[in-house]
Amino acid sequence: MQLSTKHLLGIRDLQPGDIQLILDTATQFKEVLQRPIKKVPTLRDVTIVNLFYENSTRTRISFELAEKRLSADTINFTASGSSAAKGETLLDTVNNILSMKVDMVVMRHSASGAPHFLAKHIPAAIVNAGDGINEHPTQALLDAFSIREKLGELQGKKIAIIGDIMHSRVALSNIYLLKKMGAEVTIAGPPTLIPVYIREAFDVRVEYNLRKALEWCDVANVLRIQLERQNQPLFSSLREYSLAYGVNRRLLDSLGKEIVIMHPGPINRGVELDSDVADSGQSLILHQVENGVAVRMAVLYLLAGRSTN
Amino acid sequence: MNEQQLGITIQRLTHQLLENHLDLQNTVLIGIQPRGVHFSDRIVGQLKTQVDPASIHYGKLDITFYRDDVRTGLHELNQTDIPFSVENKEVVLIDDVLWTGRTIRAALDALLDFGRPAKVELCVLIDRRFSRQLPIQADYIGKSIDSFITQKVKVYWKEKDGKDEVALL
Repeated sequence: MQLSTKHLLGIRDLQPGDIQLILDTATQFKEVLQRPIKKVPTLRDVTIVNLFYENSTRTRISFELAEKRLSADTINFTASGSSAAKGETLLDTVNNILSMKVDMVVMRHSASGAPHFLAKHIPAAIVNAGDGINEHPTQALLDAFSIREKLGELQGKKIAIIGDIMHSRVALSNIYLLKKMGAEVTIAGPPTLIPVYIREAFDVRVEYNLRKALEWCDVANVLRIQLERQNQPLFSSLREYSLAYGVNRRLLDSLGKEIVIMHPGPINRGVELDSDVADSGQSLILHQVENGVAVRMAVLYLLAGRSTN
Repeated sequence: MNEQQLGITIQRLTHQLLENHLDLQNTVLIGIQPRGVHFSDRIVGQLKTQVDPASIHYGKLDITFYRDDVRTGLHELNQTDIPFSVENKEVVLIDDVLWTGRTIRAALDALLDFGRPAKVELCVLIDRRFSRQLPIQADYIGKSIDSFITQKVKVYWKEKDGKDEVALL
């Protein structure tokens, strides 16, 4: 019973069995989180550094909480307020931290591939908490966990991923994971935000009409428009985007069936998702956040057990 | 130990439990995952024929997260199901084989995270004497045996293994 990989760099490197193991383990951790004392001593001799070179609310709090619930010791590092601002390289920073005897690195970086680079050069186990526009594996795992909890299984389920696919590491990790677990995937959004070869590369459907995508799917995972990663305008205005691709109550009510709405957060309310959808009973958004802690506990537990053997 | 002996032993242990916990009102029975649960299922099955089933509080505990050997290998996870508080209750932990005592040590730690019990007792089917690594003893014992450290004690259950038997391998 162990993962086939020493790091969690991306869903791309995982076997379906690994994904199954992580999700099953997370189920047990979710039970721990319902107990009067929501903490187990499992990783009490493990030290984990949270290395965040890019802003984060949910992921960072979620990882930190997961580590604390497992009794691991944690150190938090953010690029602002550190020597990274003085020009220290990533590898130097990490090697300095590791020389203080740290076992695992949870890392977010704006450069795609940064955790892969680190994995080649340092002995600690690495968990990718989002790298540029590449992958965000724990988000995909918690999305899958939430879908499984709601719909029973992933096999054969129809998932639409909607919005800014081009700049979304959440989309890429989700596509890898859902395809590996036998779900059907449709990518929907404006042509300028969908990579040209995605259909061929991942065997997914592409749909430029939001209504058609919603009519097809069981679950709609709505992504954030990532203006900070768009160097040139890819649509004319947020208002126009919202009119063509915003998920609103009127649209959902006209589908004739109830679909599940997900969003990795942070939400641009009124742009990709309206408030009366985000806050409705159809939305899994806060469940996703809750499940995130259990899923990350599972990942840390399984990697810690793996790396010391 | 064959099927008949096993059945009689379980009956005796059930009666011994009832001697000390007459109406079970303040008592909680907890089987330890994975294999102690088959044994505790039998005990609880017997108890249900003796007392009002509604008065039986029965839970299952997985101790994987409390093990002291996480670093030497991961173990299969099982469901923990304790849908009540153990605060001020008299808890009886139930496991199939008591050997080094490490499982029970972990179970005690895990149990305390569900509240502060008034008392904790231990009921085991097989007690492997003289092989303890921690100062832990059982209150209710099906059978005590002496064995070499290299030997294995295996308890087979009908619902899992197709037969009721205890074997020294």
